[in-house]
Amino acid sequence: MSSSATGHFIAQRASALVLVALGLWFAWSVSSLDSLSHESVVAFMTVPFNNILLLLLSAALAYHSYLGVQVVIEDYVHAPRLCWFALVLSRAAHLAIGLLMAYTVYDIGFGA
Amino acid sequence: MSNTERPLSPHLSIYRWPITMLLSTLHRLTGLALSIGLLVFTWWLMATAAGGSDYETAMAVLCSAVGRLLLLGWSFAFFLHLGNGVRHLFWDVGHGFEKSQANASAWFVLIFAVIATAVFWVLL
Repeated sequence: MSSSATGHFIAQRASALVLVALGLWFAWSVSSLDSLSHESVVAFMTVPFNNILLLLLSAALAYHSYLGVQVVIEDYVHAPRLCWFALVLSRAAHLAIGLLMAYTVYDIGFGA
Repeated sequence: MSNTERPLSPHLSIYRWPITMLLSTLHRLTGLALSIGLLVFTWWLMATAAGGSDYETAMAVLCSAVGRLLLLGWSFAFFLHLGNGVRHLFWDVGHGFEKSQANASAWFVLIFAVIATAVFWVLL
């Protein structure tokens, strides 16, 4: 794990930079909607530009969360096998959440 | 061998936390909270994709008293983690390491998070 420490450092910062921009954009967009009715939310998400940014946001969120949770597990779970298991579980869960978010955003934007 | 008269080192419970220590702890706690919030966000997205009664149910849960309180917490966690993340990025490129600067930026981030959360909810 330590051999990829520099990669982890860079990936965490790169995804953080993406999230600063997209996170503020999303917070601003949501608070600017006329209402949080289904029509209003779907209308926002089906604008192609918004949908693509939401896809990027989903990927960055899942990735950044994965990197953060990994550090927490490595810091506090000391039993080697339990640590390994927790890391694998976190990786699988974040992959699933990331794919689910991306698919759902795509489905809202371009689905039937 | 053991000297019961010697002074004890301060324990966390009686230690007055410097603001920098508070922000460091909060950064990790808010990060974890936001990771859990990602599950709720995904659930809301899926309800949006499903539409109809699924969306109504999700919004009813999220707009309940408990739901609003949690969302208030998550929005504050979001702005605090984002602000403190930017603070970390400045450190990464070598700025703001002086004690006075670190203290000032910690207060700045804390105040930014409070104001940003308030603005978000007023506009919402």
